Amino acid sequence: MIDQHLPILLIVVPLMAAPLCILLRRRELSLILAVVVCWACLSMAARLLQRTLSEGVISYHLGGWPPPWGIEYRVDPVNAFVLLLVAFIGAIVILYAPCSVNAELPEIRTSLFYTAYLLCFTGLMGMTVTGDAFNVFVFLEISSLSTYALIGMGKDRRALTASYRYLVMGTVGATFFVIGLGLMYMKTGTLNMADLARLLPQEMHTRTILAAFAFITVGLSLKLALFPLHVWLPNAYAYAPSIVTAFIAATATKVSVYVFLRFYFTIFGADFAFNNLHIDMFLVPLGLAGIFVASLVAVFQSNIKRMLAYSSVAQVGYMMVGVGLFSVTGLTATLIHLFNHAVMKGALFLAVGCFTLRLGGCELADLRGAGRRMPVTTTAFIFGGLSLIGVPLTVGFVSKWYLVLAALERGWWPVAVLVLLGSLIAVAYIWRVVEAAYFQKPDNEREISEAPLSMLIPTWLLIGATLYFGFTASFTGGVAQRGAEILMGIGS
Amino acid sequence: MSPDTLLLAAVFLPLASGPLIAITGASPNLRETVTVIAGVITFGFVLCISNLVNDGVQPAVTLMELVPGLSLQLKVEPLGMIFSLIASGLWIATSIYSVGYMRGHGESNQTRYYFFFAVAITAALGVAYAGNLLTLFVFYEVLTLSTYPLVTHERTEEAMRGGRVYMGILISTSVAFLLWAVIWTYHLAGTLDFVDGGILAGRADVPTLTFLLALFAFGTGKAALMPFHRWLPAAMVAPTPVSALLHAVAVVKAGVFSVMKIAVYVFGIDTLNSMGLSQWLQYVAGGTILISSLIAMTKDNLKARLAYSTVSQLSYIVLGAALANELGVLGGSLHIVTHAFGKITLFFCAGAIIVGAHKTEISDMRGLGRRMPFTFGAFLLGSLSIIGLPPFAGAWSKWYLLLAALDADQLILVGVLLVSSLLNIAYLLPVAVTGFFAPPEGEEGGLKEAPVACVLPLCFTAASCIILFFYLDPFLALARRIGG
Repeated sequence: MIDQHLPILLIVVPLMAAPLCILLRRRELSLILAVVVCWACLSMAARLLQRTLSEGVISYHLGGWPPPWGIEYRVDPVNAFVLLLVAFIGAIVILYAPCSVNAELPEIRTSLFYTAYLLCFTGLMGMTVTGDAFNVFVFLEISSLSTYALIGMGKDRRALTASYRYLVMGTVGATFFVIGLGLMYMKTGTLNMADLARLLPQEMHTRTILAAFAFITVGLSLKLALFPLHVWLPNAYAYAPSIVTAFIAATATKVSVYVFLRFYFTIFGADFAFNNLHIDMFLVPLGLAGIFVASLVAVFQSNIKRMLAYSSVAQVGYMMVGVGLFSVTGLTATLIHLFNHAVMKGALFLAVGCFTLRLGGCELADLRGAGRRMPVTTTAFIFGGLSLIGVPLTVGFVSKWYLVLAALERGWWPVAVLVLLGSLIAVAYIWRVVEAAYFQKPDNEREISEAPLSMLIPTWLLIGATLYFGFTASFTGGVAQRGAEILMGIGS
Repeated sequence: MSPDTLLLAAVFLPLASGPLIAITGASPNLRETVTVIAGVITFGFVLCISNLVNDGVQPAVTLMELVPGLSLQLKVEPLGMIFSLIASGLWIATSIYSVGYMRGHGESNQTRYYFFFAVAITAALGVAYAGNLLTLFVFYEVLTLSTYPLVTHERTEEAMRGGRVYMGILISTSVAFLLWAVIWTYHLAGTLDFVDGGILAGRADVPTLTFLLALFAFGTGKAALMPFHRWLPAAMVAPTPVSALLHAVAVVKAGVFSVMKIAVYVFGIDTLNSMGLSQWLQYVAGGTILISSLIAMTKDNLKARLAYSTVSQLSYIVLGAALANELGVLGGSLHIVTHAFGKITLFFCAGAIIVGAHKTEISDMRGLGRRMPFTFGAFLLGSLSIIGLPPFAGAWSKWYLLLAALDADQLILVGVLLVSSLLNIAYLLPVAVTGFFAPPEGEEGGLKEAPVACVLPLCFTAASCIILFFYLDPFLALARRIGG
């Protein structure tokens, strides 16, 4: 019974729990509720992935209305994988909340935090699970609005301008997206993804559909922070509360990348986007430019959070290069990097949160001598950093392996070289932290203790995942490859 | 124990000793006992494996699937056997030496030092026993990372800068060139296994394969081919035992070993030879041999001089691979052995001089040999072995390399090898001569050697240089079987 309703439960449970958090008032109770809900969603998402891998596509009709009239939730291995990712990150990061939220947010806002967190979680899950194009927009707005609120909760007053800027840019992106949907609806009269995919080919070369394609591409590129539409991201990540940064950095852009893939490969069709419009000639250069520009900017940041934020822009570049390579291996690289980057960047931002709590800030200067004062956190940060560089036995290496292999298979060896060189820039910015933490003396002689266990455990759980899935990528690689084959229309 | 568990035990025992070292850190005696015992047991395992290999058994273990279709795999073959014997055997000597040096020199954070040393040995053995190219790459990178804390042990500004060059060059070359080459090989050949005769024959045209070889040769930055050799002198900021084991044996030999292994098992000697892929590499290696010898002559700092000498000697091994004939492989792999014993002796002596007399510059060592006769005597023996005079082990490997160069009709390279031996004389012998014959400065002290724990290992390795001249057979037998 429950098994049958999993797709909708994934959405309803956190959506219902969100307002409950405000009603509960007591922050301990809100926390417990949020933790229980996130972990329940994680187990449901895991079950869902297991089912799609064995049974194939699961179609759920909301309210019993058959598609294309009713809303359909449609789960295949691609979005089941992303659902699992979002639920996994959400479940781990929420464990980090008790100390971090109490330290960084005024008490009056803590219940609101849990509400916004669960709403954001709902929105991201909804964008992923739904098989209805307009429904994507609805959940996109739910997740975006709650994200603006979450970012605005940052202690630093600049969080407000960062949030406002994201609001402006995010709204432009969402509006473009919905304009694109409107144009498609105009021509086809349907909003169901499968139905759109069936009806669009006849209208493909009308100017309306071309315009829809353009609007959706730009709108989603804004949301997923494709260079040069990334300008909202660094400040939003830098000034948001630590836990918020960790959560949205690991999930928000990833889900947008997923939606991007879904629209390109399932709705418009790979043939239209790549063979007719040669979108790869646009994605690969922008992806590479993102890798280089953002990585180089990261090298010169003095704030660790901003540095990692720019690194995120670069990582989106890697994913887009994977899409642009337009092959099963390339898409495997993108899908696996969705997961891998989420895990390692989440871990890194959590580690930064530990630094912020104990050292009072996350400027490079604050981190001087951290290797001695907070060895456990610093070790975690270094493992995460090594993964960002792409050292073997971490997840970063697995992503890089697929991406370079895909570039060589396509015969684009300069892309392979640039991807590898881009990862060397990561050495530069990570090593600045290593040198500050281990080779420099702290400015003050304050006694600093290690971060509390409730923050270290989630951090190390994600680091553990970074290492585990780097040691053996059988699971992630297998699912990602299956997903890539589905998107490319090979197999089922 | 079955051969496969033996193999696993040998590789991961040093790593397993790491936590034990960390736990016993509060009691230095216990901690160092753990290190030495771990070294002895590991060496015992390696010896057992070598017996098995001599009997024709090939232990192999598949660990885990790193990327779908590609597993981390350990497999023993003769070349790896040679390298693992050297690395694990000399780890014992170095551990004992470390006790004397680190205490005598009053180094701090010694627990961290022994911990990362153990990790580095696992990485080196992993490189030695790698069953495919991916495994080799993985352990190669682990070796780089685990030695960074050792190189920068002092945590000073200078150590930081040295560490930057060390990491910078090793990581850049391995990511930009080596990883590219590995993935490309996978794309071309569809496999990364080490196979007798190579996997690349007929998979691509000559320019592509030549380029691929260049990526491999320069990508293994640890082989210190010019112009990617700067990390080795920079790494001399490390405590001397680190320089000794890692930068005369484990790390640098992992580099040239990788080049040799790739030449033999990825390209295949016949492919290299018949397609003429490695001709240019002979000249690069020859150039490195001569130029770094000349640079070594200008260095007054003993460790810096030894570092450049190492750069030069490493290229002998690369040259052996690049000559792409049986004698070249033989000479190159024997040089891994003989140079290891010679150079570790020299580094041990340099460290003993630092601990015993606090001298680092050669010009300050006048007459020091009278106060430290064992150290300087050992230095002389080590020098003679590196120079390649009989009855020292170094003579054999140089002999086979000369034969290989003649076999390939490369008279220029024969000349390079001969001139290089002269240059070795010119920069190594003056050290011992200054120590023994130059008039000492200041007061004439009595006998004042470094601690016994320092002197014993260096006497042992110096003696080994002579012993190996007469008993090289086990290594020779292994080296003859390389490549099937």
